[in-house]
Amino acid sequence: MKEQLEKIKQEALEEIKNAENSQRIDEIRVKYLGKKGSLTSILRGMGALPSEERPIIGKLANEVRQFLEEELKKALNNIKQKELELRIKGEYIDITMPGKRIEFGNIHPLNKVLDEIKDIFFGMGFSVAEGPEIELDYYNFEALNVPKNHPARDEQDTFYISENLVLRTQTSPIQIRTMENTKPPIRIIAPGRVYRSDAVDTTHSPIFYQIEGLVVDKGITMANLKGTLETFAKRFFGEKTKTKFRPHHFPFTEPSAEMDVSCFVCEGEGCRVCKGSGWIEILGCGMVHPDVLRKGGIDPEKYSGFAFGMGLDRIVMIKYGIDDIRLLYENDIRFLKQF
Amino acid sequence: MKVPYSWLIEYVDINKDIKEVADALTMSGSKVEEVIEYGKEIDKVVTGYVEKIEKHPNADKLRICKVNVGSEILQIVTGAENVQEGDTVPVALHGSTLPGGVKIKKGKLRGVESNGMLCSEEELGIANESDGIMILPKGTPIGVDIKEVLGLKGGILDFEITSNRPDCLGVYGIAREVSATFRLPLKEIKTNFKENKEDIKDYINVEVKDMLCRRYSARVVKNVKVGPSPEWMQQRLMDAGVRPINNIVDITNYVMLELGQPMHAFDYRFINGKKIVVRKAKDGEKFTTLDGVERVLDSSMLVIADEKETLAVAGVMGGQNSEIKEDTTIVVFECANFNGTNIRLTSKKLGLRTESSSRFEKDLDPNLIDIALDRACHLVEVIGAGEVVGGKIDIYPHPVKPYNLEVDPNWINEFIGINISKEEMAEMLRYLGMKVEVKDKLNIEVPTFRQDIKIKEDIAEEIARLYGYDKIPSKKIEGELVEAVLTKEQRLVNIVRNVMVSNGFFEINTYSFVSPKVFDKIRLKEDSPLKNAVRILNPLGEDFSLMRTTLIPSILETLKINYLRDNKEVKIFEVAKVYYPSDNIPVEVLKLGIGMIGKVDFYDLKGAIENILNVFGIDKVDYERDEENLTFHPGRCAKLMVRRKQVGVFGEIHPLVAENYEIEDRVYVAEIDLVPLFEAYKTERKYKPLPKYPAVDRDIAILVKDEVAVAEIENIILKVGKDFVESVKLFDVYKGKQVPEGMKSVAYSIIYRREDRTLTDEEVNVIHESIVKALEEKLGAQLR
Repeated sequence: MKEQLEKIKQEALEEIKNAENSQRIDEIRVKYLGKKGSLTSILRGMGALPSEERPIIGKLANEVRQFLEEELKKALNNIKQKELELRIKGEYIDITMPGKRIEFGNIHPLNKVLDEIKDIFFGMGFSVAEGPEIELDYYNFEALNVPKNHPARDEQDTFYISENLVLRTQTSPIQIRTMENTKPPIRIIAPGRVYRSDAVDTTHSPIFYQIEGLVVDKGITMANLKGTLETFAKRFFGEKTKTKFRPHHFPFTEPSAEMDVSCFVCEGEGCRVCKGSGWIEILGCGMVHPDVLRKGGIDPEKYSGFAFGMGLDRIVMIKYGIDDIRLLYENDIRFLKQF
Repeated sequence: MKVPYSWLIEYVDINKDIKEVADALTMSGSKVEEVIEYGKEIDKVVTGYVEKIEKHPNADKLRICKVNVGSEILQIVTGAENVQEGDTVPVALHGSTLPGGVKIKKGKLRGVESNGMLCSEEELGIANESDGIMILPKGTPIGVDIKEVLGLKGGILDFEITSNRPDCLGVYGIAREVSATFRLPLKEIKTNFKENKEDIKDYINVEVKDMLCRRYSARVVKNVKVGPSPEWMQQRLMDAGVRPINNIVDITNYVMLELGQPMHAFDYRFINGKKIVVRKAKDGEKFTTLDGVERVLDSSMLVIADEKETLAVAGVMGGQNSEIKEDTTIVVFECANFNGTNIRLTSKKLGLRTESSSRFEKDLDPNLIDIALDRACHLVEVIGAGEVVGGKIDIYPHPVKPYNLEVDPNWINEFIGINISKEEMAEMLRYLGMKVEVKDKLNIEVPTFRQDIKIKEDIAEEIARLYGYDKIPSKKIEGELVEAVLTKEQRLVNIVRNVMVSNGFFEINTYSFVSPKVFDKIRLKEDSPLKNAVRILNPLGEDFSLMRTTLIPSILETLKINYLRDNKEVKIFEVAKVYYPSDNIPVEVLKLGIGMIGKVDFYDLKGAIENILNVFGIDKVDYERDEENLTFHPGRCAKLMVRRKQVGVFGEIHPLVAENYEIEDRVYVAEIDLVPLFEAYKTERKYKPLPKYPAVDRDIAILVKDEVAVAEIENIILKVGKDFVESVKLFDVYKGKQVPEGMKSVAYSIIYRREDRTLTDEEVNVIHESIVKALEEKLGAQLR
């Protein structure tokens, strides 16, 4: 029986060596180690052996069994690995084929930039205030030191709804409305649509967007105005941005200024965008005129503040290099997809 | 306003490059828009005298000129028609350079030799356009470099003067700013002259009948010899953009440019009754102004008249009837002050804005008249234009006095955020023409030419700008912490926009005003409340005259623009306001508009809306068929109902409406009120434990009549299967082969599950059968 066992072992080993796939390994397992397998039948036939031989042959048979099981396992692992390698080889794909995408839409460039600006001011403690687009003459002009027949009214060609109702020409009326409803400290920006009866061309639209800002508190100084707007300029246009404040005149601020930023296209070298000057005019600002504070119900002897206003469309156009404002209101999908 | 640099330095000794001066003035508040240095590129262009002009033998439109350029006489061919023999003109010699680097060489024109070119103002780069060759004043020397003649060497500063600074509408006012900016003394302006022994009262009488004329002063000059003014005067006028006319008119313009005070000269001969009356015009009165245009006046306008007729529209323009002529011998110089608003309105009504009116409309200082009138007389004497009659007319019932102001220098330092001494502040203000006494506070006397300075903040601005805005430190805002918050509405608008973008829609931005025609285009009913819109009194045109009451036309218009440009797959949305009239301020309501064309259908649109509702956590949503809305396809339109209230409408646009917008495709549009959605928004979400027991999945396919809405089927399944059915999902709707006419096959996947135990097959069978039975009984459904 010893010889028989040895023979089975050799035969099985030979077959394992020649096995080509995992299925064959299974067949070999069944052939030798299965219920009806040759090794099993030997073990079954052990009853016929003399009792002193039984443990010896039993031990030997078990050794053979264990040995074959080991070998089968090893062979199976080998084969599996080979099969895996083969499978992977056959599964190469063209990774340069386009991806399958869920097609997103997009936010309009005006709102995209506005969101960015809102975030910057939000981080500096500015909430967003709103006001009506169809506004009382009082809020749009009179409360801002622009009485009837003031020359500034000619500069802002106004759409009238009635004698005392206009389409707001600026977001500044929100300043007054905010002061009427809020006790200082006030820190708001107020973005929105404004209207002027300009004929449409590449740089003029009868509807455009402004962003107003207002800060009122005790002890607010012009140094605070500069600090706040410089921070904004650096966050929005880049940390290298320089700012320049030039004196100017607005009826509702005193002192008043215009802020230029160093051209972010040429970094101040002079280019087409900045018309060679190295600077781009970005916003108007100033310390809130005491009459305007009073109109908002705030005592100018106790409080001071600053305000600023900028045109969103212009900033968007400069930022993206858009040369015609009409594109912003035409909504050609090929335009909208670019941002 | 154009200021020749040479004129400016007459009043301030400044020895700096023009560009440096321009930058410094811009930073101290007088913005220089442009530094014009005309002559820079011009080379070898001289003055020439046209001695003779002959016809060109081979060309009708060309002429041959013999031009004396001092050293020689050149033959030059020109196409210009305005040149006459005896004119002095700019001549570009052979080898010369014009602005833009243009080189001029000799050559032949139609066979005739031409040794240079006669130049226009445009070619010399001193005007944007010109009709013909530039004709120089008579008496201009010949053979001289054109740059010298035109004063192109010094350069010109072009200022933007803000409306609050009428004192800067003259060279002298700007000189004061230069003086304050560089802290250099401002020189006095020369106003000395001799009067004769006569009395002006024997010549003229003035009556001011209207208070819109705040001051009226006049001088008479006799023995006038009208002729060209001296070259230097003509030069300065031209540099500042004013055409020289004759010595008398040039003096008035020179004074205006120098001091900002407009003047007018009348020919004494034509003043009827030797009396000037300042009064309102008569309604419908016709009057011919100096420019030869007959104008119709009305009774709101102020005129200067004599006893019989109108002589000038006050502050705007004089009349042809009293114009200075070559044979004028006695002139009346008018120097007056008028109400700015009135001048502005008159100028607007007449469509006539002049150098004079644009100054008067800013409300000039009435005290400027003293120096201006004297300066005019001084110039009369300097150029020998006539003899000044003794005395002057001066009607000035309410003289304006300097204004006194007391300002705390500490307050200025705090307000601006700087720290400078009160003495330095006083020095700055003195350069601006203020008288300042330094005590604890600054006691300031503000001159009348600074009507813009009324309060301490105005003084603070003067200090800040002369100190330099760039030197003010930058500081963060200190003090009480202010928390930035978004309102619920702002937050939710952002969510809506983000969900729409995730749905694949592009945000658009359209005009808020629409044409009245859109109501018919979208087939609104006769009595639709949406037709009641806020109307603009002065729109850009009828097509932009109404504030929109619905976003639908804007959405359709945008789809149209895209469709016609061959953009056939378009998904857009806009969050914007519509406007409803109201007794007081119109009501503005926030809406979401959605539009789509291309490979999409009703359910794509509905899915996008469902996504919003889902994100908002809004259940209790119903969709009701709307056959009444004529904008939409009656079979494909739904009202969006939230808690039984309509909050929107959506569906396929009616084919007739699509046709009105030239779109030959199915168009899907929605308009949804956002405020009710915001109100229904649910913030609380509660965690539900994940199921512990397995689910049983059963499919069901039934045949029902076509008109049965799937919502009915789902309701029955959920109702009958209450506590057992976890979810119902429609996975197929089929019509066609094997389904009888008028029927449809509907298939659902139903998931059964209990939270408290594992369901047995038997239990599920019982419930599933009762669902089938209920569907059969209630809807006549047949199990497939």
